[in-house]
Amino acid sequence: MQLKDIYDVVVIGSGPGGLASAIQAKKEGAESVLVIERDKEPGGILNQCIHNGFGVEIFKEDMPGPKYAEMFIKEAESLGVEFMLDSMVLEITPQKKVYVTSKWYGFNEIQARAVVFAMGARERTRAQIRTPGFRPSGVYTAGTAQRLVNIEGFMPGNRFVILGSGDIGMIMARRLTLEGAKVERVLEIMPFLTGLTRNYVQCLQDFNIPLQLKHTVKRILGKNRVEAVEIVEVDENFKPVKGSEEIITADTLLLSVGLVPEIELARSVGVAIDPTILGPYVDEEMQTSIPGIFAAGNVVHIFDLVDWVTEAGFIAGKGASRYALKEKTEKVLIPIKSGNNIHHVVPQFIKKDALEKAPIKLMMRVSKPIEEKVWIELRNENNLIFRKLERYVRPGEMVVLTIPQKTYDEVFKSNTLYVSVEKFGG
Amino acid sequence: MEKKNFTCLGCPVGCSLTVFIEEKEVIKVEGNQCNIGVEFAKEEVKEPKRKVTTSVRIKNAEYPLLPVYTDKPFPKDRIFELIKLLRSVEVEAPVKVDDIIIENVLNTQVNIRASRTFVRKNG
Repeated sequence: MQLKDIYDVVVIGSGPGGLASAIQAKKEGAESVLVIERDKEPGGILNQCIHNGFGVEIFKEDMPGPKYAEMFIKEAESLGVEFMLDSMVLEITPQKKVYVTSKWYGFNEIQARAVVFAMGARERTRAQIRTPGFRPSGVYTAGTAQRLVNIEGFMPGNRFVILGSGDIGMIMARRLTLEGAKVERVLEIMPFLTGLTRNYVQCLQDFNIPLQLKHTVKRILGKNRVEAVEIVEVDENFKPVKGSEEIITADTLLLSVGLVPEIELARSVGVAIDPTILGPYVDEEMQTSIPGIFAAGNVVHIFDLVDWVTEAGFIAGKGASRYALKEKTEKVLIPIKSGNNIHHVVPQFIKKDALEKAPIKLMMRVSKPIEEKVWIELRNENNLIFRKLERYVRPGEMVVLTIPQKTYDEVFKSNTLYVSVEKFGG
Repeated sequence: MEKKNFTCLGCPVGCSLTVFIEEKEVIKVEGNQCNIGVEFAKEEVKEPKRKVTTSVRIKNAEYPLLPVYTDKPFPKDRIFELIKLLRSVEVEAPVKVDDIIIENVLNTQVNIRASRTFVRKNG
């Protein structure tokens, strides 16, 4: 591949968000699209997610992660998307100059007309949850263990305790069990499951792996290697309940304690960051606060299903392509604020006239589970604009509210929009 | 009549099913959003099955493991038997996604397929 000096769209990251952005940018007319990836193959974390459950929403087919990735990689290649692998973006300027260093191309300065951030997320580590104890070997994040077990072919241990009931933690509990390890316990500090219920059933229940809610790791025992983990129950303020300590013999502790958007590049270029979720603020085209810089996937907020990441990638790619080709439209933004029991909502802004072209999908996470019928409501200062019934809401599962185009007039005259979870019958 | 609660595993939506059973036959399913839920409930009562994903060893590829999956749900109580068998399997690159690695594995009419493509390394 002959690297060009200028690209219409440069996508950073080749996971599901990046691949979808690149494909859609091409389809919308961008002539040159470059995907920069630091790993030696495209696909991102999907390559290590060998479990199934991907693609049901988009393809109506349930497939494993690598296969899902491969379908998009092939499509991108057939459309003429260029890939720069084994390459690391060092910096981006607001003028969209991309500084990248590469095993194959050396140091390069590439001018992009539009950029899509698709760097995904990072796992929170032991340092971020401040677990006391020495620093023995045998403490891994679940994703690192996943890469070792599924790609590299190493087993990180024999007897495991897993902290966190997110999907990666539960999926690794099953995977390690199949590989012959003993998973002693899955602990969750919250009083509810944070991953999908289906994963509780097929990853934990099926293999008789105990889940303990309202429990966390008090300290790690062992100096050179993990020897045991002391766990403890917590009260509603997450304070340890005295006398509830229990020591579990284990040689490995897996941490599955949440993901945080990977925004180093975004931060250094100066895009505005939503402090609740640590991802960039975006509008309905996934455009950040810097014109021409877009974001897609877990870099924006943590999605529950990859299919929605892909969809967000399509939107960002479309926006990036249009921006690169012409449009620098004046825009008036309406902020969307989180109300009752909404933890966060994406996008955080929509353009005033956004509903002119298409309905807008809002993605939310709730703060607390409610196991009964509720309304998801969109309001402005004065009126209820739209609402939708949900049979339940759970923090582990995203809530989607699609604003229909028929609400154009009401949305247009709003200064702020509010989303909230409200009692059914109210 | 017996009443059981299942979480449908047919797709990521994971509907909470209430299943009414009479003499080991499903007579009614509630809570499902689509027909997959009904089929899942029937099978879960009769013979629980799961999709299984794991890996087999591969030679001459970029990485030492080839991820594989069952192309249909596989009897749940035979999963460890399947894993044991797959542990002894070694294939050689090149392999293409969806290639059949084992046909009709353990006489279950389920095939083991590759989840990804590996080109042959070094020639």
